[in-house]
Amino acid sequence: MENYVAYLLILIKLVLILTMILTMAAYLVLAERKILGRMQLRHGPNRVGPFGVLQPLADLIKLICKEDFVPPHSNHLLFLLAPALSVITVLLIFAAIPFAPPLTVLGHEIPMVVCDLNVGVLFFIGLSSLSVYGVTFGGWASNSKYAMLGGIRATAQLISYELPMGLALVPLVLVSGSFSLTDIVNAQRVLPFAVTQPLAFGIFFICILAETKRTPFDLPEAENELVAGYHTEYSGLRFGMFFVGEYINMALLGSVTTVFFLGGWHGPFLPPIVWFLGKVLCLCFIFIWIRGTLPRFRYDQLMRFGWQVLIPLALLNLLITGGVLLWLRG
Amino acid sequence: MATVVFYILAILALLGTYLCVTRSNPVHAILYLVNVLFAVALMYYLLGAPLVAAWEVIVYAGAVMVLFVFIIMMLELTPDQEMSRVGWLRWGPTVLLAMVLFCTLVLFVAVDPETSRVIVDTYVAPKAFGYALFAKYPLAVQVISFHLFIAAIGAYYLGRGGGSRKRSREEGDE
Repeated sequence: MENYVAYLLILIKLVLILTMILTMAAYLVLAERKILGRMQLRHGPNRVGPFGVLQPLADLIKLICKEDFVPPHSNHLLFLLAPALSVITVLLIFAAIPFAPPLTVLGHEIPMVVCDLNVGVLFFIGLSSLSVYGVTFGGWASNSKYAMLGGIRATAQLISYELPMGLALVPLVLVSGSFSLTDIVNAQRVLPFAVTQPLAFGIFFICILAETKRTPFDLPEAENELVAGYHTEYSGLRFGMFFVGEYINMALLGSVTTVFFLGGWHGPFLPPIVWFLGKVLCLCFIFIWIRGTLPRFRYDQLMRFGWQVLIPLALLNLLITGGVLLWLRG
Repeated sequence: MATVVFYILAILALLGTYLCVTRSNPVHAILYLVNVLFAVALMYYLLGAPLVAAWEVIVYAGAVMVLFVFIIMMLELTPDQEMSRVGWLRWGPTVLLAMVLFCTLVLFVAVDPETSRVIVDTYVAPKAFGYALFAKYPLAVQVISFHLFIAAIGAYYLGRGGGSRKRSREEGDE
């Protein structure tokens, strides 16, 4: 009996989190269009429903009704698989993210995380490195030069920026003494790591901008050079998956940054979950703001910045943190 | 339960390996190899080593294989007739190596029956793994890190030296 209750609770948690994420992703699309519109002195979508709030639904219906076209001479299996790969890897990471402290309902203590892995940090790094496959295979299987170039660019960019991203997380593991995301959040009860590890926070933030493939790192899908990059040949719901996947990724990286650097659910007065959501939404707004403000990098600048600036800085930060910790704990 | 999962993973790994070495399209072969790596990573997890499982995914599936895919995409290899031809010169060493590994395995099981048990009830937390690695085998860690350091310097030198030489040659041609 106990077992069934536990399984049921996990199921409810899964459904809730999944619904929440997908809704959030859909409304991030609308938020982005609205905010970008305001930044460019126009209204953005405002026809479907009051203030355009039903726009995501209309977009979904449009995408479902479109023809799902598979280009001839493409690699069918991989072409069909690639969008799913890019969404699944991102969705899976949410399993390790703690949203709030454990909740007690009817005598059961329910952790507000699907699975509190003791290798949570590595789980995140591993899955985010796997998300490269969706993009790469999508570009390669389309049998189109634009898609191929976009895929190659995306692969090079993602593997270059994963390294400093992982290195920026190592000092946090050193300080909190654990790979578990819950422990990392609890280590920030007094001061978030954004304050105590400003360099790591800066490096991590730049790297996740590159991971989302958004301006100023949107070279894989640079419209004026590559049409749409790796998803040029996709249409209908498969294009929708790539597109929504990108926004799920945005919500995910916002949550991850909140967990790693902004103290997770910790904050005064308001309930923990509100703090968590508020921090995530603020980060998403900053992502959109950056997209509306900055121009695109040139490719050699992007590579040089990643390998010659971010990685040495991350290593230096690691060295300093290690030294200080050794000195403090002597 | 764990035993059932183990056998499923083992079958997946063997099937993936077979498909990987017999595909003529290199990208497909790599995809099967990635599957094998996942199966192996999950086996490590079943054996109670989540850290090793995570590294297997990050390093092999996430980094090494992506580089392989990248290079294959850059080279634009087409399915080659020559590659699919089975010749003993090509297959011989592989089969020999596989035989040696298999014989070693059989020998191990014959000598110590404990090794034939599928799942051992142990669980090694990342912290314990780290302590064991750095406290018990410090010399091995030092040797390997030195090795990697030298390799990194070598890669840096090759990348830099080759680039500047080629550039100066090109400038000379003009």
